[in-house]
Amino acid sequence: MKGGRRAMKPFRVLCPTGHLSFTPLEKGSFLLACGYGPDAIAADAGSCDMGPRPLGADEHVSLEAWQRHDLEVMLLQSRRLGIPMIVGSASDTGTDRGVDQFVALVRDIAKEHRLPPFRLAAIYSEVPVEELKRRLLRRERIEGLCGRPDAGLSILERTDRAVAVMDAEPMRQALAAGADVIIAGRSSDCAIFAAPLLHAGHDPANSYFLGKLMECASFCAEPYMAKESVMGWIDEGAVYVRAMHPDQRCTPLSVASHAMYERPNPYFEHVAGGCVDMTDCVYEQVDDKTTRVRGARFVTSPTYRMKIEGAGFVGHRRIAIVGIRDPDTIRLIDQAVAWARDKVAERFGPDGNSYRLHYHLYGRDGIMGPMEPRPVAAPQELCVVVESVSRDPQVAFEACALGSRNLFYARLPALKGTAGAAAMMSDEILIGEPGYEWTLNHVVMVSGPGDLVRTRHHRIADGAAWGIAR
Amino acid sequence: MKLVELASTIRSKNAGVDHITFDIICRERHNFERVRDSGVLNRASVARLFGIEEARVTDFVVFEPAQAIKFTIRRLRPSGCKGETDMFGSQQYAPLFDVEIP
Repeated sequence: MKGGRRAMKPFRVLCPTGHLSFTPLEKGSFLLACGYGPDAIAADAGSCDMGPRPLGADEHVSLEAWQRHDLEVMLLQSRRLGIPMIVGSASDTGTDRGVDQFVALVRDIAKEHRLPPFRLAAIYSEVPVEELKRRLLRRERIEGLCGRPDAGLSILERTDRAVAVMDAEPMRQALAAGADVIIAGRSSDCAIFAAPLLHAGHDPANSYFLGKLMECASFCAEPYMAKESVMGWIDEGAVYVRAMHPDQRCTPLSVASHAMYERPNPYFEHVAGGCVDMTDCVYEQVDDKTTRVRGARFVTSPTYRMKIEGAGFVGHRRIAIVGIRDPDTIRLIDQAVAWARDKVAERFGPDGNSYRLHYHLYGRDGIMGPMEPRPVAAPQELCVVVESVSRDPQVAFEACALGSRNLFYARLPALKGTAGAAAMMSDEILIGEPGYEWTLNHVVMVSGPGDLVRTRHHRIADGAAWGIAR
Repeated sequence: MKLVELASTIRSKNAGVDHITFDIICRERHNFERVRDSGVLNRASVARLFGIEEARVTDFVVFEPAQAIKFTIRRLRPSGCKGETDMFGSQQYAPLFDVEIP
């Protein structure tokens, strides 16, 4: 432990929300928690859940008004209490744009509230696709995760934007350099909480593990509530998490359930510098609202590898909605779809050439598709959502129009209703958001935590950010 | 008895962009032991239930601290890509409800 701090109370980290600004955080339990003497406030602002478009198009999905709300609530308490505030994966995706946007919001909020000067570290981890290409040219591996093949030039050509996922080290270094507020690019969720704990002198095993438990805030507590605060600390080799909402508790079951949430395997959490091994964790209730966990281990990896997330534009999307009530059409829906597909193919060639068509059959297997064990053979109504994707917006429009209107004209045997085999909710082709794909879910070898990460230190005073030369 | 009557939570969710993970949690210890010890849920049986190759079940774990059985399926397409039907992977668990546990 550093500086004899352990003679005092344990270092406490407060997490007010599991995804900053996706919807606004709940202020009540956060302000309550601020009365319990937190030593740092930390939150994750990003996720891959919204699909590849936000990263590929470099857009945020959270409303800026909500981003401002959450940052303001946190910043005012952080400055009032004189404790660091750490936000990772800024603006949903953690691109450089996201970091800059959050820095600008923090500056505006500071100005509006005339906050005394403070130091802000902006940590960037976007990786230019050109940089990845250079690595390929140097014959460095861009190794596929989750069964993906290694990335070659063709995958990089399909990538519009990529970010490297940092561990706690760049944020810990920023704290060591005196940062009061950290706005970081794409980060491992647990690292955002591990950074202040590591800076306070705690070991990586418990620091990362506590971060893993806390990163979704009140999701580790029961009953189910989102966006409520939780507090975490480390004491005598164990981690503690406490629900801060008056009606929530952290129980061994709720905490363990969360330890396995959104992850393929409940025992391992990988970060750039190593892996948290949770195999031998023991969960115990210590008081009504607090659970203690012992037994996390950290396995330092012999090589330093950073995960890279990348996304690229696939095409423009158009959508049409068609309803079917005729039992014969419903029974023969596969034939009707085949008819419509043929009509599109007559015009543009086979699916996969210049366009793709997807038929979502809501009422039969629209949600589970081929994984549906019991597709309904004869629902009373069927909703067909026709989705087209093409790099040419006109082709996307036509493919969707032909692919939906031809359900209306499908030539089916013994059809009684000869005035139209389908019902149009409205004869319109809706413009969808552009389609993107996850091109990269890979790792690259780096020389150290700072290899793909750049930190800029600012002094925020009178609402202006002054770069500090370093 | 059906699994839905023994489990307090049955859920599915993305685990990264290439996987969907399923959690079956029993609040009552005896229910958990009954589900666990029945052996009805395993890699082969969940693969059969969802009509997929067993190789796509990348993880199958009995997670004692949460009184849970957890398994993970590799997606055919990454989340949110064209033709997506369940972007968060959050509605794939329903077929588990009716699994018969002796």
